[in-house]
Amino acid sequence: MSTRPIQVQPLDDPRKPSRANVARRMIADHIVSGLAILATILVLAPLAAILFYLLYKGASSLNLAFFTHVPAPVGEEGGGMANAILGSGVILALASLMGIPVGIAAGVYLSEFGRGKFLGNAIRFTADVLNGVPSIVMGISIYSLVVKPQHHYSALAGGIALAIMMIPTVTRTTEEMLATVPLAVREAALGLGVPKWRTALSVSLRTASPGIITGCMLAFARVAGETAPLLFTAFGNQFWSFRLDEPIAALPLQIFAYAISPYDEWHRLAWAGALVLIALIMISVTLVRIFANRGMLKGGS
Amino acid sequence: MSIDREHGAPPPVQAAIPVVPATEEKSSTSSAPLSAVREFLNARGSGRIADNSFAALMLICACSIFLIVLFIFWILIKNSHLSLVAFGWKFFTREAWDPVSGDFGALPFIYGTLVTSLLALAMAVPLALGVAIFLTELCPRPLRAPISFLSELLAAIPSVVYGLWAVFVLVPLMRDTIGPFLVKILGWTGLFEGANFGVGLLTASIILAIMILPIISSLTRDIMRAVPDSQREAVLALGATRWEMIRIGVLRNSRIGIVGAVMLGLGRALGETMAVTMVIGNHPDIGKSLFAPGYTLASVIANEFSEATGDLYYSALIEIGLALFLVTIVVNAIARLMVWAVTRGAPARTS
Repeated sequence: MSTRPIQVQPLDDPRKPSRANVARRMIADHIVSGLAILATILVLAPLAAILFYLLYKGASSLNLAFFTHVPAPVGEEGGGMANAILGSGVILALASLMGIPVGIAAGVYLSEFGRGKFLGNAIRFTADVLNGVPSIVMGISIYSLVVKPQHHYSALAGGIALAIMMIPTVTRTTEEMLATVPLAVREAALGLGVPKWRTALSVSLRTASPGIITGCMLAFARVAGETAPLLFTAFGNQFWSFRLDEPIAALPLQIFAYAISPYDEWHRLAWAGALVLIALIMISVTLVRIFANRGMLKGGS
Repeated sequence: MSIDREHGAPPPVQAAIPVVPATEEKSSTSSAPLSAVREFLNARGSGRIADNSFAALMLICACSIFLIVLFIFWILIKNSHLSLVAFGWKFFTREAWDPVSGDFGALPFIYGTLVTSLLALAMAVPLALGVAIFLTELCPRPLRAPISFLSELLAAIPSVVYGLWAVFVLVPLMRDTIGPFLVKILGWTGLFEGANFGVGLLTASIILAIMILPIISSLTRDIMRAVPDSQREAVLALGATRWEMIRIGVLRNSRIGIVGAVMLGLGRALGETMAVTMVIGNHPDIGKSLFAPGYTLASVIANEFSEATGDLYYSALIEIGLALFLVTIVVNAIARLMVWAVTRGAPARTS
């Protein structure tokens, strides 16, 4: 290709840059720049609209009762979502307890043991694919596995569904974060006679811990707003419930139920719930990020 | 000196004494056949058992990901057995959906899913490309971080909140403003006929487009950033304008990855449940009009699963879930392979 001689063009070639041609190209350039800026504005507009409506409608309907009361019966004023906030907390704690250790361990395998192996690549690929499986499919699978044999909906089933959704995200971020730990650090530990398991746990994982914690929080934030897997597993509940083998309320479920209801009072509560849900997600992610950066949870290096 | 002694220690236990040169042992207190270091190491054990069991534990956790996928597949097949046997492949080409007489076909749902997802892609892809071009090539540096943060914030909003917003803001907007406008401008195409309730295929597509935009644009941005700067410089040095540089130097080099990113967005759109369920109208019909209410694979499961009476009804819904699972897995697998091919610094693309 590079050895091909450059074709000699006659000096009076009509394709030589004329003023009109340059102007056309410049105009095309400006049009595309304008379109790109317009696209960015168009994309940010719905975000601004959503956040604005959340604050406007949600904040006006938030009050103390929202955090302290269970849902009121139809036709009665007031009521809150205290049980749903608690229920979401229970389900998310269950999901994190099950999902995060498995996810981190799988990430450690991919990064420390499975690098370059066929099995490692296959698992990495499967994790990516599992990440894209629709959440509603998780819901019906867990329904068929847990709820149907037991003949009742349960908080545990909801936790399992969310845990499965967390695993691929946690695995991939753990692996990516461990990959940023320089090999020299591991070699130093191994050279001092530290066994490999100890190296993986107290050197690699500790060094990468801020990134891994952020990854876990992102997975947490992602499942915190999931509704579809909970529809047929946790099911929702209008009353206080702490038991793991009973239907339990969850914030996204409650928002969904209220949003499609015909009552204005419930619509108001749905907006408030959405605002609280987003605020909880944002706050938890930000807090953990701050702590992870401050070094409270930070390891060596 | 001390370094020399430690060099003497590492040889294997069995051969330690005969092999180690005598000159290096004189400094240590070794009258016995074993050196102190070696004795210490022997007493400490090799840690091989701990290492192996740790590796095995990690492997089990990693393999659990395999098991989860296999297990979902198996349980979906097992539970949809009844419907698989009763309807066979015709399940996906029949239009009937009659729970009362036990006659089921998935065509209206497939139609609704395809129409909404493809329309959403048609709206989202040009916008996402625009955003990615703006962020990688045009954006002033101080604006870059806030804008990418904002577009990623869009991805963190739960689907049910999008649905809530769509029900109370987008649906009235469609009914009163955008709908009549579309009828006036594009009414002759026949795509916008019939009553416009605000809920329907078009509204669902718009909310889907908003939801998949951040995914496509952030992936596309990463892929475009992976194009080496030398490509850009080379094209610019030939006298290209900025747009020509983007077109020739960047877009052409990253097109495989961009197609992959679009397919990942498609996978997300196919399986999206809550927001779509809230605004699509939930009516199993195949009509030409985009204003008509429709139904998607995911939303029929969400709406009817908990009230499914009868085993055949239940297994028909599970079969719809199985179809959704397989389709999204295939779409995602292809998309991942394409994105990997680009971002992993794969072989240079010659063309």
